[in-house]
Amino acid sequence: MTALLSLLRRDLILATRQGGGVGTALGFFLTVLVLLPIGIGPDQVTLQRLAPGIVWITLLLSVLLSSDRIFQQDFEDGSLEIMTMGSAPLELVALTKAIAHWLSTSLPLSIVAPFLGLLLNVRTDVIWPLLVSTMLGSIALSMIASIGASLTVNLRRGGLLISILVLPLYVPVLVFGMSATSGMADIVAPSLLILSAIALASLVLAPIASAAALRAYLK
Amino acid sequence: MQQFANPTRFLKIATAILPFVWGITIVLFCIGLYGALVTAPPDYQQGETVRIMFVHVPAAWLAMLVYSIMAFASAVAIIFRHPVADAAAKTAAPIGAIFCFLALATGSLWGKPMWGAWWVWDARLTSMFVLMLLYIGYISIWQSIEDPGRAAMIARIVALVGFINIPIIKFSVQWWNSLHQPASVFRMGGPTIDRSMLWPLLVMGLAYTFLFLALHLVSMRSELTARKIRTLLITRGGQG
Repeated sequence: MTALLSLLRRDLILATRQGGGVGTALGFFLTVLVLLPIGIGPDQVTLQRLAPGIVWITLLLSVLLSSDRIFQQDFEDGSLEIMTMGSAPLELVALTKAIAHWLSTSLPLSIVAPFLGLLLNVRTDVIWPLLVSTMLGSIALSMIASIGASLTVNLRRGGLLISILVLPLYVPVLVFGMSATSGMADIVAPSLLILSAIALASLVLAPIASAAALRAYLK
Repeated sequence: MQQFANPTRFLKIATAILPFVWGITIVLFCIGLYGALVTAPPDYQQGETVRIMFVHVPAAWLAMLVYSIMAFASAVAIIFRHPVADAAAKTAAPIGAIFCFLALATGSLWGKPMWGAWWVWDARLTSMFVLMLLYIGYISIWQSIEDPGRAAMIARIVALVGFINIPIIKFSVQWWNSLHQPASVFRMGGPTIDRSMLWPLLVMGLAYTFLFLALHLVSMRSELTARKIRTLLITRGGQG
């Protein structure tokens, strides 16, 4: 347990001290957020209607693109192989690294994102439901992204492949995350409950898949 | 299951039964198409256009069945580590992808006269589209990883992780308000479709299944033979 906690601490320190963490993900988020109104047109009414969806999709893409650092650096310099020889099973190592990614990248991004929706003229009464749904969903986003990261950890052009593998799995998260912002009371509560269920299920199942994939690459 | 694990024995069995499978496929297609185009009555609302159903529905059934077979083969591969199971999953994917594409395309052609739209983003269509993406992702794994052993290990995981989509597709018309036809055949309480349309539909479904079986066996033969050639080249390279 202390081994896992020190791994968590190490990954968090590395994420904050090295470049390419939440700062870069935030930069990507803002860049896409700039492009979309240019493409869609500046009509405030349209942007207001699309704002929650745009925030969610841009969040998905940002988490996805920042996920390759979950395993890649440690795989490349051999630390991952040493971790497999430690006391903790590889599944828990994968879980810890994915949680480190969540704490350092997904969660901060998911907290900031709804407020950046103001750039898209989002309705103020949508911001709080959006915030709750993105925060809940961010757990699932990080865990599912860790599956994709482990499946492509040693591939040269892994970026596109991660997207094809992971985005279909993001669809339920997106569906329920968006219906939580619908404003209709009898839809919001069940949607948030299902979102929590997806988050909890991914916490358990994603490390199993990640560890199996990492073992395939470490052989 | 264990007796099929030997690639040579599997190849012998496959070669022996393949002509019969093709024969049954052709007979079933003849019966099914006759039933679909001649004996089945036109729909009281849709008229003759309903006959697309006999092409569209079995294709969709097969798209889901083939993915389930892929997932099952991947599970067998993880547990027993049979190379034949890996080959079965690998070769089933392109065939399933084409069935999925057929289902989407024929559904689109059906939707335009019926619903007025080539495509709608409701739960059933979206989840079938996602199935197409899962097939593409699975095939890309085999293409992207050079080492066949490692590719097999990764592909097994991809197939199993994506299997969550199959129950979502099946129950999508039940769980969400959908423009798509709700479950009319495989449902609690029995089929609601009329018998005159049900039997050609089931025969076509069986015909599609045997078509998949035939194509799959052909594909497995070439895959297993290619593996043998690869092994021979490696051992010859080691000696020469």
